[in-house]
Amino acid sequence: MKLVTGVIQPHRLDEVKQALGAVGVRGMTVSEASGYGRQHGHTEVYRGAEYTVDLVPKVRVEVLVDDEDVSLISGALVKAAQTGRIGDGKVWTVPVEDVVRVRTGERGTSAL
Amino acid sequence: MLDTGVTSWMLTSASLVLLMTPGLALFYGGMTRSKSVLNMMMMSFGAMGVIGVVYVLWGWSMSYGSQSIGGVFANPFEQFGLNGTILDDAGEYVLDGNLPVIVDVGFQVTFAMITTALISGALAERVKFGTWLVFSGVWATLAYFPMAHMVWGGGLLGGDGPFASIAAPIDFAGGTVVHINAGVAALVLALVVGKRRGFGREPGRPHNLPFVMLGAALLWFGWFGFNAGSAYGADGIAGLAWVNTTTAAAAAILGWLVVEKLRDGHATSLGAASGIVAGLVAITPAAGSVSPVGAIILGIVAGALCALAVSLKFRFGYDDSLDVVGVHLVGGLVGTVLIGFLATDTGLFYGGGVDQLIVQVLIAVAAVVFSAVVTLVIALVLKATMGWRVTDAAETSGIDAAVHAETAYETLGTGRGGFAGIPAVNQDSVATEVKA
Repeated sequence: MKLVTGVIQPHRLDEVKQALGAVGVRGMTVSEASGYGRQHGHTEVYRGAEYTVDLVPKVRVEVLVDDEDVSLISGALVKAAQTGRIGDGKVWTVPVEDVVRVRTGERGTSAL
Repeated sequence: MLDTGVTSWMLTSASLVLLMTPGLALFYGGMTRSKSVLNMMMMSFGAMGVIGVVYVLWGWSMSYGSQSIGGVFANPFEQFGLNGTILDDAGEYVLDGNLPVIVDVGFQVTFAMITTALISGALAERVKFGTWLVFSGVWATLAYFPMAHMVWGGGLLGGDGPFASIAAPIDFAGGTVVHINAGVAALVLALVVGKRRGFGREPGRPHNLPFVMLGAALLWFGWFGFNAGSAYGADGIAGLAWVNTTTAAAAAILGWLVVEKLRDGHATSLGAASGIVAGLVAITPAAGSVSPVGAIILGIVAGALCALAVSLKFRFGYDDSLDVVGVHLVGGLVGTVLIGFLATDTGLFYGGGVDQLIVQVLIAVAAVVFSAVVTLVIALVLKATMGWRVTDAAETSGIDAAVHAETAYETLGTGRGGFAGIPAVNQDSVATEVKA
């Protein structure tokens, strides 16, 4: 099992949800995040005074997936999140040792 | 004889002007950081509380009483508590022309409230609320009421004063009394009180620009009472003032945004909201004496100059936090002086010669000097006695929580506790305690 995590532009969330649903994903965790990458935030101007905003609002999408589905699901996530502009975010995958469905006590892939 | 049309318009105008101060609270509150918004809004509401009381006690008497003392202010005790201004000996409401005097009191108290509240924009996020309340009452007494008397109450800067031998000074609705007065006070206080911690280094960007735009819209709406109400009639001059007010504000939006686009590359919402206020400020003294085309010129000039002026605080290093100086002092000066060019009967552009211009400059300078001296004395006395600043810790962690024991917004996790002393583990038991 793997955990696929995407930190994406907030305005791409709807597209990502649809794309993941289309490849069979039935559950996900979405949370607000903030941070910066190579572009280091952006500049805003208030009455002529410039402010550098380092931490940019992002959305984190986390999906637990079976090993064989990783490339399909992370590929769908990347494609749906992509705008081609700076700040599109990152998607990474890490191994997961075990998963338990709290309601039933099922473990492993049957709990996905 | 009572004119019900005029009376109803003046009551409406008073209500409109009253709305300006809560509108100002939104305008200012949106421009502060989220940890300071309640304190910022409370300075406007606190000023309403203090001025509403002192005005009926001695403010009206000092401004419009008949016993003028040197043309600077009137005897505060003559009509203390509005004594003698409501009913006459026959039990009839006292009239001034066709208007009950008590209606005029209602109209004028709203001017004193907004003027005092305007100053608070220079003091965002760092001053003791108690000192602000005391300042409000003392400043209104020593600066606002005398200025109202000097300009509108038959004193030194009005049609009966020494400058009137050159030409009659024009301040239709408060260029000197309201905006120059408040703008100078703001500059003096910003210098005496000092900068916010981190001013010029840490971002102090506005936390809620929709508040700012809503506040600007309410100010614009209330300004109809301010300017069209100052016609003291439901008539053509009121209509002219209404149209000029709108025209100047509209033109000032454009003036401000053009400067922003050329200077910064973006036309911003804060710029549009600020342009509205700059135009409204500038047209205030001129609303009854310029043409709508003159109002457009006045608005564009005010919008552009105020947009340039707000960056002066960074150049000179004074923390006029929300640009009271850049908008109200500069806008008030623009409006007061441009009357000398644009007044349709006496202005330089209309063949009236330089007399009006000279008089307008003289009353503007007199207002600046008077307000600066009086405010400086009050500010220094309060600094030595009550003190102006909250502690560094309170300022850093947020003045709302430190001074008012409140926060404006529930941010992640901060709203979860129970009542003080009652563990919030069992919500049923909390509810029982509350019911009991």
